[in-house]
Amino acid sequence: MEIVWDWFEWLNKAHGIKLTIFYDEWDRGRFLKGIWTTIHLSVVCILLSVFVGMTGAWLQMSRFVWIRRVVAGYIAFFRNTPPLVQLYFFYFAVDRTLAGFFDVKGGMMDSYGWAVISLSFFAGAFNTEIFRAGVEAVPKSTIEASEALGYTKFQIYRYITLPLAYRVCLPALNNNLINLVKTTTVAYAIAVPETLYISNQIWSDEYNVPEMMNVVWIVYLLLVGVLVFLMHRWEKHIKVPGFGQ
Amino acid sequence: MFKRLVTAGVATLAFSLMYSAAADTLQDVIDRGKLVAGVKADYAPWGMRDASGNVVGMEIDMINDLANRIGEQAGKEIEVELVVVVASNRMQFLEQGKIDIMIATMSDKPERREVVGIVQPNYYSSGVAILAHNDSGISDWDSIKGKKICGIQGAWYNKEHGDKNGAEMIVFKGVPEVEAAVLDGRCVGWLYDDSAFIPRKVNEPEKWKDYEIATPVVADVPWGAAVRKEEIQDPIGKTLSAAIIDWHKSGTIAELETKWGVPQTQWVLDMRDKCNAGDKSCDDVLDEGE
Repeated sequence: MEIVWDWFEWLNKAHGIKLTIFYDEWDRGRFLKGIWTTIHLSVVCILLSVFVGMTGAWLQMSRFVWIRRVVAGYIAFFRNTPPLVQLYFFYFAVDRTLAGFFDVKGGMMDSYGWAVISLSFFAGAFNTEIFRAGVEAVPKSTIEASEALGYTKFQIYRYITLPLAYRVCLPALNNNLINLVKTTTVAYAIAVPETLYISNQIWSDEYNVPEMMNVVWIVYLLLVGVLVFLMHRWEKHIKVPGFGQ
Repeated sequence: MFKRLVTAGVATLAFSLMYSAAADTLQDVIDRGKLVAGVKADYAPWGMRDASGNVVGMEIDMINDLANRIGEQAGKEIEVELVVVVASNRMQFLEQGKIDIMIATMSDKPERREVVGIVQPNYYSSGVAILAHNDSGISDWDSIKGKKICGIQGAWYNKEHGDKNGAEMIVFKGVPEVEAAVLDGRCVGWLYDDSAFIPRKVNEPEKWKDYEIATPVVADVPWGAAVRKEEIQDPIGKTLSAAIIDWHKSGTIAELETKWGVPQTQWVLDMRDKCNAGDKSCDDVLDEGE
């Protein structure tokens, strides 16, 4: 490993390409932590947003009109506002109000917590609509058949509708989750130490803006690349021959 | 209109010629019985407006004292006329002869010495410190270890004085966000320019009553008083230098800090000792490294 670090140090001395994240232990440490935070934040938000989406799509089919209205309101709130505005709103406005109400010192939740909530619900709003499209694509006759077999409403959703809906909406879901990973960068506005935030600090300290811009670009290319690869594998894996084609 | 412009232009030209010909601004000040000084009005408590709109502050006190000194030497009352300047025009005001001297919170930087005559020694200094909540337990730079400290994105001292002292830095894009985060208690301290903390304490004492500057000030950048570049060796420059040396020696600057509610600056105390010991950093010549 040492030889790699030395090579990057030489690159700086010989060509002025200053990639301190390789040869400066301090910068390397915080940069790796930044990438880890991005991965962590992305995974948590993906799981939560998918869960929110599934729940939302189910509640949308509710018999009760006010439940459907609540879901519609939620979608309007999160889908129609920019994620950066949401983050600021939650971190500075909602948190302060809640902290004042419960008389908590130092804020209710840290920036990471608010980023998870905001981003999960943001992507969850889109996921709800995506799942709805999937659910609506399941043939009515299939639902009727499962009703005839004595399934309850929840069982039908859990075992029949959702698995089939999944397969229909995966391409759209992939798109949204990829967008979610990229949207985690806005969390740097509320000081979540993710990749872009850390890179910003490194280029402020080392004056190596162009180098770090390239690094950030490559990091996201790789991270999203891995996600796309995994999702495609999964899509192939759960393919039902003859369905949705 | 055009004629009037030409007249104005010629008058300005004549005026500036007169200045360069006369050169001895100090003599002019004495003849006029008036010292015209450039000061800040937006930098409490160094230069600010009081309730009735008058410009007051630490630097204004210095200028009044300088006028007294000139008056004593000349055996004549010297009046002070304050001209309010801002950071972007203060050097031009001096160059154009609108003011005789300038004491306006200006950091002494080499590129500024090219434009105006920054007299030696420097009269003040500001640096970086931490404004901390009273029960944060922060008393020096070591005690910020493991604590949440807020900062501004892009400041060079975040790493040098924050991360490297073991603090957990939380940095935001702008000052308002940091202020909100500090006051919400999201961090126990704020790493920033100490001269930005003091006006907050002075202007909004209620808002900042639980916060004090908790660490010694580091990374000092000295502030310079200035005359026109070509006059730095002339009587006006020398008189200003002598006054600053005397302020350091007699502890006047430390007294002014107390008067205006500014915490004691280590740099000022060091300069007092140096000046009384006859150190060469406290003479009126620019030594190497100063």
